Amino acid sequence: MYTQTEIIKDTTQLNSNGNEGELVINVGPQHPATHGVLHLVITLNGETIKKIEPHLGYIHRSIEKMCESLTYRQFIYVTSRMDYLSAHINNLACALCVEKGMQIEVPERAQVIRILMSELTRIASHELWVGAMAMDLGAFTPFFYTFREREVINDIMEQTCGARLTMNYMVPGGTMYDLHPDFQNRVKAFIIQFTSKVTELEDLIANNIIFQNRTKGVGVLSAEDAISYGCTGPVARGSGVSCDIRKIQPYSGYEKVSFEEVLEPAGDSYARYLIRIREMYQSISIIEQLIDNIPEGDFQAKTKAVLKLPKGEFYTRVETARGELGVYIVSEGGTTPYRIKFRSPGFSNLSALNHMVKGSKIGDLMATMGTLDLVIPDIDR
Amino acid sequence: MFLKDYITDVYKAVRSLLTGMKKTGYYFVHPSEIITQQYPENRHDLNLPERFRGEVVMSHDENNEHACTGCTACELACPNGTIKIITKFDITPEGKKKKAIDTFIYHLELCTMCNLCVQACPTDAIKMSQKFEHSVYDRSRLTKKLNQPGSKIREGVE
Repeated sequence: MYTQTEIIKDTTQLNSNGNEGELVINVGPQHPATHGVLHLVITLNGETIKKIEPHLGYIHRSIEKMCESLTYRQFIYVTSRMDYLSAHINNLACALCVEKGMQIEVPERAQVIRILMSELTRIASHELWVGAMAMDLGAFTPFFYTFREREVINDIMEQTCGARLTMNYMVPGGTMYDLHPDFQNRVKAFIIQFTSKVTELEDLIANNIIFQNRTKGVGVLSAEDAISYGCTGPVARGSGVSCDIRKIQPYSGYEKVSFEEVLEPAGDSYARYLIRIREMYQSISIIEQLIDNIPEGDFQAKTKAVLKLPKGEFYTRVETARGELGVYIVSEGGTTPYRIKFRSPGFSNLSALNHMVKGSKIGDLMATMGTLDLVIPDIDR
Repeated sequence: MFLKDYITDVYKAVRSLLTGMKKTGYYFVHPSEIITQQYPENRHDLNLPERFRGEVVMSHDENNEHACTGCTACELACPNGTIKIITKFDITPEGKKKKAIDTFIYHLELCTMCNLCVQACPTDAIKMSQKFEHSVYDRSRLTKKLNQPGSKIREGVE
């Protein structure tokens, strides 16, 4: 880790050493293409990237330490602020971990609601990514078209959960509220809208010759490297690594729905784009299977007012829109956790960036980094 | 051969460009399909859902009575220390002391609208309102007193 002054010193040293053509430039922390406060120190030789070093910590809020002073009901809302684009799935991971420790039986209705919400979140997150990725490559129009669909999901969330991004809808034992009476109709309307409008993205982005030329064969990550860097989610699946937690270790009733784990062997930016588009179709298929078959019953299990986890260690992992999220709780038997550790998908995916862009031109950097789908608060926590 | 590839590339590029232009052109001539809302202008007919979490309010009925017993369950449930309840002891007509709230202090500047206080309340005294425009000129105005002056607890609420 460098400090700001050390970076400047580095730059001058390189120049004074006579390494002509070698240049250190800083991208970020305030840069529109990094989608947050990510700071990249790039060593260039001409236009070729020699080394790229991400500097983190600009949005570190010490969420893990903060959770140690909150009770098991309270700490879930903080995790919405980590990966804010899949807040539901973050909350679900924490709720699952507490339920595992308390051995709470979650009612079937609550499980189905959780899957529905998670998949809607996944679609919303991927929709946003497609728009943001197109914007990174200079196409501004698709951004509005993807936000139109995302807006419908946000409205559904607002109606049932009470908030648009930081829902805090999952509580230990189930969900905070029952579904809104209008939920099913609105989701069905959304499915019709989505399936008719998603082809627009193909016309605008996937079939566009500029997009294809800029992403095909760019930022190639082999399957071996994806595994050794610990990549998960669409990044690893774009390299052909099967890593979907929903398949490997089903949670919250995912074993009862049938869906396909999408894999693309190419490992380039275009493959990662295709993965996300095809994952949205899979999510739609999961929602279609469940939306008419929501079982009757309680939406929340009966739990004690004060939750106390038994002494021990608990770990759960879920598949967020970005990859594998792990929640690790160490309990001393009290009302607050002794230690909480989050294994966030963005951190591992970012670590592969240096390997992916080394040797390529600086123009390909954003076309590669965009496909990692980085959410900086998720990396820093 | 090179020339043929070159012409094919140019043809494909122009075609993909036109395909995209056709899509954007469609919305240009179909303004009714645009869903953008003009926010400050449509403020009067904004319909926020019933469950929307704006800020915590305490509901009072027409007799200026609320349902808060001062049990501090919301204070304990809040992760941020947003709520502070100051209690006092009322003397009932039978001459007994009864716990009641004196001031229900709510720090909006600390609140994250997580809804845990509303869930914790045993008497449904507090709820989330649909107000979402919170900006004020002075920070101190965000610290609010939720119980109205002169209000007292509703009969029969324990």
